[in-house]
Amino acid sequence: MSTTPDDPRPAPGSQAPAGQSPPEAIKAVPVRHPGRWVAAAVLLLFSAMFVNMLVTNPAFDWPFLFEQMFSSPVLIGVRTTVILAAVSLAIGIVIGIVVAVMRLSDNPVLVTVGWVYTWFFRAVPRIVLCVLFGNVAILYQTIELGVPFDNYWLPLLGFEDGARFYSVPMETLLSPFVAAVIALSLSQGAYMAEIVRAGLLSVDKGQTEAAQALGMNQGLVLRRITLPQALRVIIPPTGNEATAIMKDTSLVSAIPLTTELFFQLQQIGARTFNLFPMLVAACLWYLAITSLMMIGQYYLEQAFNRSNRGASVRGAGQRA
Amino acid sequence: MTQNTAEAGVDAGPGNGSMVVAENVHKSFGRLEVLRGIDLEVTRGEVCCVVGPSGSGKSTFLRCINHLEKISAGRLWVDGELMGYRQRAGKLYELHDAQVARQRRGIGMVFQNFNLFPHMTVLGNVMEAPVRVQRLPRSQARERALELLDRVGLAEKASGYPRQLSGGQQQRVAIARALAMRPELMLFDEPTSALDPELVGEVLDVMKGLAEEGMTMVVVTHEMGFAREVGDTLVFMDEGVVVESGAPRSVLADPQHERTRSFLSKVL
Repeated sequence: MSTTPDDPRPAPGSQAPAGQSPPEAIKAVPVRHPGRWVAAAVLLLFSAMFVNMLVTNPAFDWPFLFEQMFSSPVLIGVRTTVILAAVSLAIGIVIGIVVAVMRLSDNPVLVTVGWVYTWFFRAVPRIVLCVLFGNVAILYQTIELGVPFDNYWLPLLGFEDGARFYSVPMETLLSPFVAAVIALSLSQGAYMAEIVRAGLLSVDKGQTEAAQALGMNQGLVLRRITLPQALRVIIPPTGNEATAIMKDTSLVSAIPLTTELFFQLQQIGARTFNLFPMLVAACLWYLAITSLMMIGQYYLEQAFNRSNRGASVRGAGQRA
Repeated sequence: MTQNTAEAGVDAGPGNGSMVVAENVHKSFGRLEVLRGIDLEVTRGEVCCVVGPSGSGKSTFLRCINHLEKISAGRLWVDGELMGYRQRAGKLYELHDAQVARQRRGIGMVFQNFNLFPHMTVLGNVMEAPVRVQRLPRSQARERALELLDRVGLAEKASGYPRQLSGGQQQRVAIARALAMRPELMLFDEPTSALDPELVGEVLDVMKGLAEEGMTMVVVTHEMGFAREVGDTLVFMDEGVVVESGAPRSVLADPQHERTRSFLSKVL
């Protein structure tokens, strides 16, 4: 089969002989996208208007804003917010892992406790929890250690004094900061429990079986096999939760824990009758902290992907 | 796993020299009866190949041997020890998770889908159980793991991850991982069924080597050639019962049962 000299097509089935240079790279007019240019132009116009407003509108009062943004009460507020978010998230993750494992266990008591916990703390809004834990002192003025229900049964035996060894006033035990940590981490734990549970369920059952067949007990299987693989699924939504709890620290002024960032900025605004710049300052601070966290999450996921490449093959096997 | 039968008060299991003894083993999933009375004995050093159509219960039976599945009725002993239970004065007591885990240490298992740990290197996969379960010092576990990887021909892949290996290589690592616990019994659950045809041979070669060294093996397989060449006994299962068993050559050449005949005519 031969081709005429002016026919550019190769003979059917023929292969380029060895040593021949590769065919010419494709040069074609690309598809035009005029819509993109129009959209970009419109956006540019709006951006210019926005920047113009930022610069010219006196309500922003930039010098005042930047001066107050780095004043010491605000910096203390930033510190409180960051520490509170970090501690609550850390405790929340620990609670989440424990509750997720409880809910996946074959112990009906643990399953029920885990379910009730998740049900309650996901249902109640964080601000309500904050107010609640801020007012626990109404329920218990002092915390006492002793024999349960001693006030009922000890008098029957002829003892007048209760059997209580140790007592501490509630205010010492439950400072506003501690109340804030408890409220936020209990709420966070409920969300984390669901995330961890989804992560654990995403690991192929064959992994557990292979580990069991090697003689590993349940704790070892969880710690060495399922949990490390579940992290791949757990980390991205946890990044979301981290930003959420950081922003929700602004709720703890309801406890009241007043050294928190947003409350401090609002207070300055109220005191100086110049509220709006302080609200903008709050936006800028939250933006800054969240951006730092996003960078951290990016590197965490990168590091994690390096060491945990390759998902397990979902069991395609049927068993006879 | 050995001396426990000598423990005071524990009812002795049957048979010396038998690695696996199954007595009237039943297994149901809900209303579905998968095993309907399996009697089987595998002696020390024996290679027992289990064949049969899919759905015949052969994999389920294999998983009962190391208690990945709880049997519903009957008795199953491995190395003279009742699997998953302790029998004392005729009464059965369920074993704790940790005790079952201890029983499983002497039984290696190889799965159809390899089930290697994807977050660990090849070496890590093989070292994991000796280090965490047997509490072997890392250096010793490493030495043992490299030795086993060398034996399955994958020493140079030790630092790689499972996903970088072909199916046949992954299955050889899985065999090395099971051997790292120095088991006395190896269970193979269709070890070559998920492999490309040209990779089957390398896995069967490793298994053949193991058999030649005298390892006791129960192999659920569709590889009739392997069963004929390496197996000491061939067990044909269908619908949850052992239909026929015997020396592989005679069962394959002269099946006594109609069901065996019709199955073999389809696969040979």
